[in-house]
Amino acid sequence: MANYSTNEFKGGLKFMLDGEPCSILENEVVKPGKGQAFNRVKVRKLISGKVLEKTFKSGESVEAADVMDIELDYLYTDGEFWHFMNNETFEQVAADEKAVGESVKWLVENNTCTITLWNGNPISVTPPNFVELEITDTDPGLKGDTAGTGGKPATLTTGAVVRVPLFVQIGEVVKVDTRSGEYVGRAQK
Amino acid sequence: MSINWQPSASIENLKARASLLKTIRDFFYARNVMEVETPSLSQASVTDIHLASFSTQFVGPGFAKGLPLYLQTSPEFAMKRLLAAGSGAIFQLAKAFRNEEAGRHHNPEFTMLEWYRPGFNAAQLMDEIDDLMIAVVGSEKAERISYQQAFITHLACDPLTASIEELSQLAKQQGFEHIAEQENDKDTLLQLLFCMCIEPKIGQKTPCFVYHFPASQAALAKLNSDDNRVAERFELYFKGMELANGFDELTEADEQRQRFIDDNNKRKVQGLAEVTVDERFLAALSHGLPQCSGVALGVDRLLMLALNAKRISDVIAFDVERA
Repeated sequence: MANYSTNEFKGGLKFMLDGEPCSILENEVVKPGKGQAFNRVKVRKLISGKVLEKTFKSGESVEAADVMDIELDYLYTDGEFWHFMNNETFEQVAADEKAVGESVKWLVENNTCTITLWNGNPISVTPPNFVELEITDTDPGLKGDTAGTGGKPATLTTGAVVRVPLFVQIGEVVKVDTRSGEYVGRAQK
Repeated sequence: MSINWQPSASIENLKARASLLKTIRDFFYARNVMEVETPSLSQASVTDIHLASFSTQFVGPGFAKGLPLYLQTSPEFAMKRLLAAGSGAIFQLAKAFRNEEAGRHHNPEFTMLEWYRPGFNAAQLMDEIDDLMIAVVGSEKAERISYQQAFITHLACDPLTASIEELSQLAKQQGFEHIAEQENDKDTLLQLLFCMCIEPKIGQKTPCFVYHFPASQAALAKLNSDDNRVAERFELYFKGMELANGFDELTEADEQRQRFIDDNNKRKVQGLAEVTVDERFLAALSHGLPQCSGVALGVDRLLMLALNAKRISDVIAFDVERA
């Protein structure tokens, strides 16, 4: 496997840290007036999702991580694996519960997701930034409330719970920002 | 693809830059410090293992086979030759060049204000730096703390007596296991702890001088006459930036030569290129460098402070990515 020197550090570079692939979020060179320079990097561990800071001596090398992102459409789950497919090559990938993680509540059939592969195996699944889901349960709101004061919790078909305005009812399809988990609006019919 | 030809700094910032350069010149002209210019290209360079010089070749009359030349990492050697030749107090606004350095606070080519004061000790030069800082960034007089005291205050550790094992343990506690496990150089551990654990805590509101660096990090400073564990070297920090490095200058040619040789030996051990020792500089020291103190100050960083700029590229017309 290739190595990267600290001179190659930049946002998005993937390398191995404590046996886990990680991605650089920020890289800063810190140098005393005279003396050894250091690279202080903020990284996200790609399996645990943990964000941490690590300092290297400038000039050190780290082991590159064989990590790549691919775009695949979500097909279905058999309860143990979540299956995704490339619609052009029909190549399929099965991600386990660990890889899918929190994203499970935003998986909608036929939506294109980003699958991160490490050594060819899926380690994380990123849903599209916006998904549309139907409300399966929520309190009937007060009629006439359109100001959205505070809102109310609503359960969606995937089990996700989001805060929606009081006027939104069961059976309606809403658009949600998967990055923040916030309601964006009613879906366009 | 469109080519980005625009400057990295705004025209507004470049106007502030012009005005800063004028303020600096006025400051020194008013004090009868002579402005000088010395070569950017020199036949010799620094041996400091942490400085990487750019080099090139002159080919022309008398040098058909090429004369190796280094771009100067600072104008220090040439300015000291002027001092030895009897220039008296001098200053220079010079371009300095350092390979392998780029980032938020670094550009491989940058502007350095360097000046020398015959007859001044380090404390007197710090006073003058205070005056300059007040004139250009309107800061208050800087605090002063010894290197030893800074470590004791912020890390409860005496850097002059601590063993490498103690420093390694301290580095581990501070979250640098990765470096601590492999490092066997005491100065590297001290520099790590200083950069990461002390620098962020000093000079936040007012500038801060740290003086009496360990003798092993003396560079071109003379050793303290009462305590030879420390050197007459100081640094100035302000708002998370290292701004200036100064010395009560080493004037002994023999000791200077020995430090160059030691550096080149370390270079050999680390697999770095040896650097041609500057014999003209050493000859000038042998002739006699008057007792003096000198300092190099990063002008781009000074402007960053004056403008509250986040990146060095915000204050130089074209940073390396657009040069």
